[in-house]
Amino acid sequence: MSYPKSKLVLRMGPKNKYFKDRVTELSGENVDLCFQCGACSSGCPMTQEMDYLPSKIIRMVQLGLEEALESKTIWVCTTCFNCEVSCPRGIDIANVMEALRQLVLRKKYNRVSLDDLSPEELRDLPQIAIVSNQRKLTA
Amino acid sequence: MTRLAYYPGCTLKTNAKNFEDSAIATAEKLGIELVEPERWNCCGTVHSLSTDDVMHHLAPIRNLLRMEELSNAGEVDSKQVVTLCAMCYNTLKRSNTVFNEDSDRKKKIRDNMYKEDIQYSGNIEVLHYLEVLREMGWDKVKESVVKPLNGLKVAPYYGCLLLRPRGIGIDDTDNPTIMEDMLEALGAEAVKFAYSQKCCGSYNTVHMKEVVADLAYKILKQAEEAGADMLITACPLCEYNLGPRQSEVEKKYSVFKTIPVVYFTQLMALAFGLGEEATAFTGNKPDPRPLLRDKGLLED
Amino acid sequence: MENNAELVTIYVMGKKHKVPGDLTIMKAMEYAGHQFTRGAGCRGGFCGACATLYRKKGSYKLEGALACQKIVEDGMYIAQIPFNPAEKITYNLEELRPDANTMLEYYPELSRCLACNTCTKACPQDIMVMDCVQASLRGDITSAAQLSFDCISCGLCAVRCPAEIVPYNVGQLARRLYAKYIDGPSQHVMDRVKEVEEGKYDDEITKLMNASKDELAELYNNREIDLR
Repeated sequence: MSYPKSKLVLRMGPKNKYFKDRVTELSGENVDLCFQCGACSSGCPMTQEMDYLPSKIIRMVQLGLEEALESKTIWVCTTCFNCEVSCPRGIDIANVMEALRQLVLRKKYNRVSLDDLSPEELRDLPQIAIVSNQRKLTA
Repeated sequence: MTRLAYYPGCTLKTNAKNFEDSAIATAEKLGIELVEPERWNCCGTVHSLSTDDVMHHLAPIRNLLRMEELSNAGEVDSKQVVTLCAMCYNTLKRSNTVFNEDSDRKKKIRDNMYKEDIQYSGNIEVLHYLEVLREMGWDKVKESVVKPLNGLKVAPYYGCLLLRPRGIGIDDTDNPTIMEDMLEALGAEAVKFAYSQKCCGSYNTVHMKEVVADLAYKILKQAEEAGADMLITACPLCEYNLGPRQSEVEKKYSVFKTIPVVYFTQLMALAFGLGEEATAFTGNKPDPRPLLRDKGLLED
Repeated sequence: MENNAELVTIYVMGKKHKVPGDLTIMKAMEYAGHQFTRGAGCRGGFCGACATLYRKKGSYKLEGALACQKIVEDGMYIAQIPFNPAEKITYNLEELRPDANTMLEYYPELSRCLACNTCTKACPQDIMVMDCVQASLRGDITSAAQLSFDCISCGLCAVRCPAEIVPYNVGQLARRLYAKYIDGPSQHVMDRVKEVEEGKYDDEITKLMNASKDELAELYNNREIDLR
């Protein structure tokens, strides 16, 4: 996929650059296209649970800031793709969120655990909920 | 009878059996036989978004392989598969797209398909049941209606994965009409409301159910204020978050009045006059039957 | 006893040995001098104790087999798995019901199945393990029980599963639920038990118990063997 090359020139330290490149590679998205309009944040259903808004996370990735990995934001995302359809520059923010999650999950981290579910919950919850929950939030 | 390959998805065999029963009955009335393959597996929703992931695509592609086997064996009449669950639809369709567009991953997926007799060609088309109905023509659907749902105001809840992302969705994400058209064909009145595409909270219902209660409250309240008697949905997770989870909403918001949420196929079965086993309302929480009885649409 | 088979080279726990090429892995290891204190049981392919992993020379593939059944091949690189660590969930069968979500309640890791089929690949009994796991996830206990019928709990599937499921425990629960609640008690067994309790066989048993050793030998040697 070819996208317009950004004219933005940012000089970053090697660690930051590595992080940004890794997120770009894993998500397939060019975050430099973002001009911080905030349309993604306005359509997002989970903002009240987030510490950084989606647009802020994109900004952090643009600057190669690894703190994005420590946010609560990436874990409460429901992959509803509202951000993607709202973005005027065609960035799939959901892909970026997934890439950030993967960078943490691939280090043997599990956000949720099946052990936290009581037998009643396991009986009551539909399969689809447990399957998707484990798929997105565990290694 | 046209025979169409059908992918149920795990939840339709358990918590959402009413979705499946009503869909099969309505399809039969419309001249479609839904053929379920003997072997299939969980689609592994939600679609994996990482560009290097191969493992999480094995499950959806394996299902498409099953559908291809059905087609090769002559047990269905087309190279298509229809699903009812919006999440299964999205997962299968997106993995199919990855398989067909990413040649590198296509090879890797094929290499990792253990113990299969044939390789998937990539030629199965993934459809949602609503698309099949639209293709058939709403007039044809209307022909099967014996008891129009007159006076029933229904808010169509699309949710996320039926319409997004663009290119995968079954209708225009900004202004969808497919559910409204279906409701009109059934004789019901479609009630447009602002939150018809707002996410229900999805899988956060497992460990963050208070947040889901908040989202459900907003969605259901909006629908009610727009004048709806009930909502319809096409996804078992949405149904769970907007239906049975209303007990959580009631705990949090004392002013909240419960409102029934049913699968769209159940209303179809009702309008087609197919009887109790097809409408399968016993599985729904809250119970939609008192409301339907009041409207004179359900005899005891 | 002479063994005229050609010798082949195998590696057991990294050490090279030359063994007759028509022996099973288990016999070959004993030929090489190993004494089994673990990882050997019925020696007949039925108990699942001798789960073994091996690689063949020049091949990257990791293969699994039962040591008492698999014949050695030249260049086999063998390692045994004497024990597969797995938690067996305790449950009271009387309290369980074969509901759709029963399997998921006791083995919630079923929801993590990726349908990768690695378990089926590893199974030495040619069981369709993935299908059994998937059926359990779906609440189809009958299929899960029937598919896992040949399972001997050797553990090769559990060792390789990326989702950390233990398919043999899942299959065991499915079979127990199926037998108790779905298939129901066997009528012919119940009938026979009733007959025994009514004393139908008392005379015959008393006769046998009072028979001498010669009489018993006579009966045994002339017994009817049903060659159906």
